Amino acid sequence: MTSPTVTSDSPVPANARKINIRVLRQDGPGQPSYWQRHQVAYEENMNVISVLQRIAAQASTVEGESVSPVAWDCGCLEEVCGSCTMVINGRVRQSCTALVDKLLEENSTEIELRPMSKFPVIRDLMVDRSRLFHGLERVKAWVPVDSYYDMGPGPKVSRKQQEENYPLSQCMSCGCCLEACPQYQKIEVHRRPGETDAQFDERKRAAHHEAFLGAAPISQAILFNSHPTGKNSADERLDALVDTGGIQACGNAQNCVAVCPKEIPLTTSIGRAGRAATVHSLKRLFDF
Amino acid sequence: MAMQRVVVVGGGLAGLAATMKLCELGIGVDLISLTPVKRSHSVCAQGGINSCNDQTRQLGDSEWKHFDDTVYGGDFLQHQPPVKEMTAWAPKVIDLMDRLGVTFNRTQEGFIDRRRFGGTLFKRTAFAGATTGQQLLYALDEQVRRWESEGLVKKFEFWDFLGPIQDSNGRCVGAVAQDMVSMQIRSFPAAAVVVATGGGGLIYGRSTMSVFCNGAAASRCLQAGAKYANAEFIQVHPTAIPGADKLRLMSESARGEGGRVWVPTKPQDSRPARDIPESDRYYFLEKRYPEYGNLVPRDIATREIFDICVNEGLSVEKDRMCVYLDLTHISRSELDRKLGGILEIYEKFQGVDPREVPMKIFPAVHYSMGGLWVNYAKSSDAGLLPGAPENQATNIPGLYAIGECDYQYHGANRLGANSLLSCIFSGLFVAPCIKNYAESLPAGVQNQPASVFQQAVMMQESRHAALLSNKGGENPYLLHQQLGDIMTRAATVVRRNDQLDDAYGKVDELHSRVQACSLTDSGSWTNQNVLFTKALQDMFPIAKAILKGARLRDECRGAHFKPEFSMPSLKEEESAARRQEAEKWCDRFEANNRRFLKSSIATFKGNDPEISYEDVDTGSIRPRPRLYGLVGAEVIEQVWNERVSHAEPGEAAGSHSVAPS
Repeated sequence: MTSPTVTSDSPVPANARKINIRVLRQDGPGQPSYWQRHQVAYEENMNVISVLQRIAAQASTVEGESVSPVAWDCGCLEEVCGSCTMVINGRVRQSCTALVDKLLEENSTEIELRPMSKFPVIRDLMVDRSRLFHGLERVKAWVPVDSYYDMGPGPKVSRKQQEENYPLSQCMSCGCCLEACPQYQKIEVHRRPGETDAQFDERKRAAHHEAFLGAAPISQAILFNSHPTGKNSADERLDALVDTGGIQACGNAQNCVAVCPKEIPLTTSIGRAGRAATVHSLKRLFDF
Repeated sequence: MAMQRVVVVGGGLAGLAATMKLCELGIGVDLISLTPVKRSHSVCAQGGINSCNDQTRQLGDSEWKHFDDTVYGGDFLQHQPPVKEMTAWAPKVIDLMDRLGVTFNRTQEGFIDRRRFGGTLFKRTAFAGATTGQQLLYALDEQVRRWESEGLVKKFEFWDFLGPIQDSNGRCVGAVAQDMVSMQIRSFPAAAVVVATGGGGLIYGRSTMSVFCNGAAASRCLQAGAKYANAEFIQVHPTAIPGADKLRLMSESARGEGGRVWVPTKPQDSRPARDIPESDRYYFLEKRYPEYGNLVPRDIATREIFDICVNEGLSVEKDRMCVYLDLTHISRSELDRKLGGILEIYEKFQGVDPREVPMKIFPAVHYSMGGLWVNYAKSSDAGLLPGAPENQATNIPGLYAIGECDYQYHGANRLGANSLLSCIFSGLFVAPCIKNYAESLPAGVQNQPASVFQQAVMMQESRHAALLSNKGGENPYLLHQQLGDIMTRAATVVRRNDQLDDAYGKVDELHSRVQACSLTDSGSWTNQNVLFTKALQDMFPIAKAILKGARLRDECRGAHFKPEFSMPSLKEEESAARRQEAEKWCDRFEANNRRFLKSSIATFKGNDPEISYEDVDTGSIRPRPRLYGLVGAEVIEQVWNERVSHAEPGEAAGSHSVAPS
């Protein structure tokens, strides 16, 4: 008896339908990008991840040329880790939930895969999203507790408050909202010859520091400003929001909320951030 | 001299908890991870985290009962002191996570809401929607980012841990790792190294685990001389959504919130599920386990679903094994509030709304109960001695293991919502132990000659170079598929010795072939091909330890099920005969425990694991038969209780002196 748990892949018949895939590849930072065409056999319930897995295993293009596997980033494959963001058929999304059947309904001739355009390409579909994480640091997206010793429970939270905060807290830093934002411009810092990792990282951080935060970190600032203990650093977060690259850079295009795979009410957060920032600026003005 | 930094490998719940606590103690951390730590596999944990709480306490619950449920659910294969300590800490762990801002669901009055999970009758489980692991991880990620901004943590994300670095006495004095972007290999000198790299689901091809859960880090420690314990205990989760790339978890919380598992009584009934009347439905878990119902421990639920499909032929579909998991009797608003995250996953991948139509699910490989062997220091009250350097220490001095990748907390079967607890607990608890270890080191240890580190780097560089130039012709991706198929067939729900022998032979053959992979990418920039191949090669020592451990364990315990050695239900009808049969049953149970109530310990030499056995500390709670759903359970229990009351402490069952023959 064979175990049907984790069934092995059903054998693909030789005459199976093929899917065409066009991938925008790039061998490394600063290198030219180029299109490459692949073909894989259609299987039921495929997603873009399984397409890329098949491409890696066969390692040759539709023309039969041997090529290295396409590099891409993925993790949980169930849309909670935020790794596998890319631009698929022109729309930014998670490749794990991009189901082939649905993509073929959009365009029956081929599936087009491109890396996000607002982040520097590392290789092929992999991009460097460290700016996003730096943004979380800029807005101090954490609860400033005294210690990790046992001090009893946290402050009581109403169900209403939890229901407001939980959606914001589901942000998985995937970057879709930033890719879709007209005000969020790519910043690419090229490594200088002889530069150490630490020096390069320092220059990158400095470049990120002045640039637009984007929807995801702004929404996190609002999340922590509405937490009973998080509030204690509210002014520092608002300082970041009124600084260069803060809330005033938002052009209110509302693309962010439209592409968020978790349907986080980003524009509501931005609205709240805008109002709080205005009050904060006035306070700063008159306090001095 | 100033204390050296500590290397933490892995940024899931355990690694991040350890990192932030080390920082609080003033110790700098180099945090190495295959992925940005916020994307670690802990995000996939859905259901919740257990602790005794104010409400359950008033219904008779206690830390002790949580401890008891955990060891009973684990079939008594855990050393009890660490479990006792963990369950005693559980309420404090949840309080801390609450303070850190985790968005736990709330009751109307604003308290943390709780749900029921498998293997207990109490509502112990705190939860944040159905993405509790994600929410807990984010809270820890935020704290670590805070320390990073203060300069105490340096993250090395997209770095692959290649192994511990040992001095001439075998002590771990650092780690060697590779930048997955630039492919640079470098050493990280450290006072201690903590491995927190989770499970190895990729050894089974597809599982509920994330793509980076390949077990390679643990294997690299095993190959460096660390012991690996209870490898054969792999949890197969009862409810997952089958997929071509991965088997997606459908959380136990679906059943915790009232989800019911059933199949049509008529095989492959073609009517839509909702049109099948109650009288034509078989709620087999509720029927077979009236007390726990749909919330029996996972190993049991998995075997029953497997049995109903394979042996009884009642799978919902003919070509694809599955059963119904039904939530349609619960209101939409309640489902959205408590289970939204997982229902969205089902809807997105299956294109069907599980609020309207019962889900189709089947078991999938989910969790490694086994892992790196770690030590502990027992306190006078049979818990752990806080701050003792032995806690969570592997047999390589200076090398620690925590979280899913240690073997310590779940025995033969893990209870749902206990993993998040064990990860956070072991992470927090290990930090002062490491501090004390590091402070006790003689000055000489922290002052290693540079050659120790250079050699480790050179060794890895030559492995890397050899792989790039190898022209053996094997395709690593295809070998991985084959490995996954073999492991899945032989070493999941039902295990048979002939199949395990056969599987070992095949895996051994693949193990030699995997040394001859030809890479399609021989470049030196973000070469995922070579990184994958290295991880694949390192899956084999663990795969072999699983198979060999399973082959040698001729019994049924928790997730390890060999029908040939199962303990049968009672058959006698007449009461005296039944009583006699129960006596024999208990004799056999005791004899089996004398032989097999042991942790298996794998060490790796040459090409194969060697297995030895270690006694289990069952000093607090005497092992007793696990009788969920067995016919005649009440008679066996009666006989057993009589024996126990007559026996001297430590005498009956699970006394631990005889090694398996």
